[in-house]
Amino acid sequence: MTAIESPTRPAVRQETPSGLVWSIRDCWTEASRHLRALPRNPEVLAFSTIQPVMFVLLFAYVFGGSINVPGYDDYNQFLIPGIFAQTVLFGSTFAAVGLAEDLSKGIADRLRSLPMFEPAVLIGRTFADLIRNLITFVVMLAVAFAIGFRFEGTLGEALAATLLLLAFAYAFTWVNALLGVSVGSVEAANSASFTWIFPLTFVSSAFVDPSSMPSWLEPIARNNPFTIATNAVRALYNGRAAGSDLWLALAWAVGITLVFAFLASRKFTSSTR
Amino acid sequence: MAQGLSKRFGETEALVGVDFEIQRGKVLGLLGPNGAGKTTAVRILCTLLEPDAGRALIDGIDVIAEPRRARARIGLTGQFAAVEERLTGFENLQHVGRLFHLRTSEARRRARELLERFDLEEVGDRVAKTYSGGMRRRLDIAMSLIGRPSVLFLDEPTTGLDPRSRLGMWDVIEELGRGGTTTLLTTQYLDEADRLADEIVVIDHGKAIARGTADDLKRRVGGELVEVVLADPADAGRVIDLLEHRALARGQAVPGTSVVTIPVEDLTGIVPAVVRDLDAGGIRVLDVGTRRSTLDDVFFALTGRPAEDGQSAGDSEDGPGSEAAQLAASHQAQLEARS
Repeated sequence: MTAIESPTRPAVRQETPSGLVWSIRDCWTEASRHLRALPRNPEVLAFSTIQPVMFVLLFAYVFGGSINVPGYDDYNQFLIPGIFAQTVLFGSTFAAVGLAEDLSKGIADRLRSLPMFEPAVLIGRTFADLIRNLITFVVMLAVAFAIGFRFEGTLGEALAATLLLLAFAYAFTWVNALLGVSVGSVEAANSASFTWIFPLTFVSSAFVDPSSMPSWLEPIARNNPFTIATNAVRALYNGRAAGSDLWLALAWAVGITLVFAFLASRKFTSSTR
Repeated sequence: MAQGLSKRFGETEALVGVDFEIQRGKVLGLLGPNGAGKTTAVRILCTLLEPDAGRALIDGIDVIAEPRRARARIGLTGQFAAVEERLTGFENLQHVGRLFHLRTSEARRRARELLERFDLEEVGDRVAKTYSGGMRRRLDIAMSLIGRPSVLFLDEPTTGLDPRSRLGMWDVIEELGRGGTTTLLTTQYLDEADRLADEIVVIDHGKAIARGTADDLKRRVGGELVEVVLADPADAGRVIDLLEHRALARGQAVPGTSVVTIPVEDLTGIVPAVVRDLDAGGIRVLDVGTRRSTLDDVFFALTGRPAEDGQSAGDSEDGPGSEAAQLAASHQAQLEARS
């Protein structure tokens, strides 16, 4: 409490706050808020990684012997891409909780009172979540390799599969972002995001062939965008033809991203609360 | 600065045509109980909320028409310490500086400067999660000052702080006031507004019901009070009659006690004069004293309700809803009747 500053002299600001460059820089500044924190809370990263690793091991060893899927001799080759897909989708729920927290702690108000590009709060958050998801994925991939999972196709196909996975998860990060800015509390955000993500990922081809499901459930499972993405990813990792699944999955990812990014940003920046 | 601000949430009228202006370099206190509309007013001025009617200008910039430009002129410290717990104090400041579009070097320089100014140098490299409540609030205010705002908004800066941190925060805000930071302070604490604000606007149910300096407001309810403690409560009526010629308004017996309070214009020589009067009237008294009316008295006089519960006072010797308040209320009523 020493120096007294001149009240009238504004701080030296760099030119106008508008412009694409500033918007991108704001996004990066916001992303770095979360990325810097990532290594400081290793427990968060650890738990978000331990859970999928546990899933890989549980499904592979507990159900692996009793589940048969047509077209796959080794259940692991079928299962593991499904678990990858489910895990990155679970990873997308962090956005809901994180944004709800920003809102309830007044951080969102503080940020919105700054002359910044407001959607940067959401874009930076989703980008940081993408990076976190990538880290989780790498750990999970290592465990999968350790228990015998292999890329049966080319490295290019495996890379394409991985990118599709992350793009799909990114799209759902925006769904969760909308949830996060819409619900009132962190607790609500947490349970709300898991309420739809569980059925979405289980009523799908992630763990079993949908033809084994009851007849009323099967069409739902088959047309679930998550099934489409899982099938495409699975085909690519196994060196098989992904066919229309690949483009459909991509279209879903892009479509969801655009629609929900728009809705979430509009909700976040609205001046009605 | 704010003209005719109105805002309705469903059935609730949060603000009904509120006007106020802050002089450059001064501290304006918006005083009112919970739910009076203080935060709504702040949110409108900070571009977070659009009013249904009215306009608000900051440095001549219309906050509704040009929120982005207005945002470059304001600093907001909300009701909760909006610090990123996972970052250090320094990083928090730097982060806000960068979003304010300061040059990287300027953001760092300002961050260091503000850590020093708010006594946070030593903890500047610790993550904010480890900070005490008072430290968080100081960091929070520092963050809202990083862009050298024309107006600083402090929305209930001491709510939820322990008494010691609260006093610390008062020092910080007083220092800001002395340094010439134009500030809008909202508070539900009368003593806080009394101590920190140059001018006070009292808000209740979305309306500005009074304005002026703390002294102006106190004068409106009688300024100074004489309290007489009687040996026999039955003498109260006689005492009030005896002292009426010295009083601004009729005195009043405090129910259930042997205390009589009398509002007076000037305290000079009043105690001996009162003692002489009482002695001449043959009244036995235990004590005669004086005190200034507090903002609690003012609030009671204006709204007919005591200032919200016991939280508010703490340092008012008489406690909330004091006898003086009731007295002041009757006095206020008389003043209104006269005018």
